[in-house]
Amino acid sequence: MSVQTDYGFEAHQIGEAQDRSVNAPVQGRTQWQLTWRRLRSDKVSMIALTVIVIMVLLAIFAPAVAALTHHPVNMAYPVNGENEDGNPVPPGTNGFLFGTDSTGRDLLVRVLYGARISLFVGIVTTLIATVLGVAVGLIAGYFGGVIDTILARFTDAVLAFPYIVLALALAAVFGPSLTIIVVMITFFSWAGIARIVRGQTLSIKEKEYVEAARSLGAGPFRIMFFDILPNLLAPVLVIGTLYIPNAVVFEATLSYLGLGVQAPTPSWGNMLSDAQNFYQVAWWYLVIPAVALLITTLAFNLLGDGIRDAMDPRTEKLIAARRMRRRLTRRNVKQGNKEALSGLAIGGAAAAETGKRG
Amino acid sequence: MAIVGYLIRRLLTGIIVVWLVATITFFLFFARPVYTVARQIAGHAATPQVIQEAINNLGLNQPIMTQYWHFLDNLVHGNLGYSFYSGESVDTMLRQDLPPTISLVIGGTILWLIVGLSVGVISATRARSVFDRVSSVGVLIGLSMPAFVIGELLIGYVFQPLYSHGFHFFNTGYAGITSGIGPFLGHMILPWITLATIQAAVYTRLSRGQLLETLGEDYIRTARSKGLSERRVIFRHGVRAALTPVLSQLGVDMGQLLGGVVVVETVFGLGGIGQVSVEAVDQDNLPVIIGFVIIAAIFVVIANIVVDLLYAALDPRVRII
Repeated sequence: MSVQTDYGFEAHQIGEAQDRSVNAPVQGRTQWQLTWRRLRSDKVSMIALTVIVIMVLLAIFAPAVAALTHHPVNMAYPVNGENEDGNPVPPGTNGFLFGTDSTGRDLLVRVLYGARISLFVGIVTTLIATVLGVAVGLIAGYFGGVIDTILARFTDAVLAFPYIVLALALAAVFGPSLTIIVVMITFFSWAGIARIVRGQTLSIKEKEYVEAARSLGAGPFRIMFFDILPNLLAPVLVIGTLYIPNAVVFEATLSYLGLGVQAPTPSWGNMLSDAQNFYQVAWWYLVIPAVALLITTLAFNLLGDGIRDAMDPRTEKLIAARRMRRRLTRRNVKQGNKEALSGLAIGGAAAAETGKRG
Repeated sequence: MAIVGYLIRRLLTGIIVVWLVATITFFLFFARPVYTVARQIAGHAATPQVIQEAINNLGLNQPIMTQYWHFLDNLVHGNLGYSFYSGESVDTMLRQDLPPTISLVIGGTILWLIVGLSVGVISATRARSVFDRVSSVGVLIGLSMPAFVIGELLIGYVFQPLYSHGFHFFNTGYAGITSGIGPFLGHMILPWITLATIQAAVYTRLSRGQLLETLGEDYIRTARSKGLSERRVIFRHGVRAALTPVLSQLGVDMGQLLGGVVVVETVFGLGGIGQVSVEAVDQDNLPVIIGFVIIAAIFVVIANIVVDLLYAALDPRVRII
């Protein structure tokens, strides 16, 4: 039976009728649509994306939470928020959902305000670094020669420089602040992106369509930004997503060392730094900001990996196998077919075999 | 003999790099108004005369090029200047604080490479096994977790409970190797684990990916088909080829390693040069920070030369002439 599936070559493998008309016109899908389809079928990526969206919303509405709980971010509650010994109270006490910190401030509100700093730093620095890195990488890769040598050496130097050492120096000169953090992280993030973009540009600029553009009279900047850049966006998106958690970790580390966001402004880094004096008496003070930090960075890392897999056409086979396995499992469970089910456990290839036999 | 010429050339470029770093840091620090520095040192209640005296004592009233010349002259003679506060010589200070840092770097690096590479190799040879899946979850967590969080959790939930129940093997602070191998290990194991966890995650992922790719190459099939044992195929033909990209990453990561050292020293109170520099930032003690930056630059330069030599030893296609 001829079956119109999403991907023609798998039609015979699936071997199962789908409710599609044979005569329907074949619709072209752009690379982005295909990527999104693959990403959507990946549960882990979707959970990661949901977590990120929730985090961003919580960060945006942190002042609303503060208003709802009537606990302003820097307000200390020496009576309700501390026990007889002057130590923090545990989660759920006196209306403090996450407990309080060392001076009796609401930990929930402070963690959410910390998310504002972390996500702001993570996203803003990555955006600026991406623009810089793409520009440097494109110019170095496209023009080559002396320009390339100078830019590539500079990129390597930045990559090899111990960033915390420079952070120490800058914090000593200008005083620790959020601005220093943003400048620092941006300065150390563009180089990795530039290196990847340069490599991609080197291979893309040899393609025929670039030759065609040049023969039509396009100038170097038109070729760079209209012909080469769109083909670079996929790897740049992946590496950008993977740089956000790095920036978040970087900010937390600098604030932890006292080189970044200064108290009383809450940041996950400076909260954790304070929390280490309260190990024995207040586990939540250490654990809650640490978990918030871990969830955020983990979500971005998982999403980045997911996008990378979704960009890779080879993933298509895996997903098709997974989809089929699920369908077969459902059918076999319904029919009580134990034998076929045991074969399914082996993996995608085995599932395809079973599918053919069935 | 070619290698001697190569080493001389690398060392010369290394000296230029260190000089550049020193110069940039020096002028960066003098972007600050002298008055602010002196005021910090003389205290908040200081009269203008006291502040002026502080400026004169530190030699900050001289023209900047004269100061720069003094700085370079001292540097060439191995003198990193004097602490703004105690007047102690910075190289003496840093030399005193070097043993914890060196123990941390060496022990941490050994642990990190052993764990990172072996987990990567096992995962790659048993792709999709339970071990592989567990290790890739571990890698993701390691990648997502800042070093100081791991360190704090180790202190809070390994060291503290054990210590309060009378198990005093693990300890914070630093004990030199001269105080016996047991106490030394007790003080250093948790910092080593912390430093190694972060770095190992990257290397597990990298070596797994590289080895998986290498094992798909034609020459691996050739090696198998001519009857070599699986161990020989993987280690002599696979791992050796897969290691070269890992090594070049190692050169890049030397700088990151120093960052990790600063954090781990601060978390565990080891008192190495990293922790001293963090404290110096609080006090505006610029000579100490310049000293640390220069030592860091020297370390990165030397480590990169060593990595490149290893690279040439591992990959016969690379020649150093």
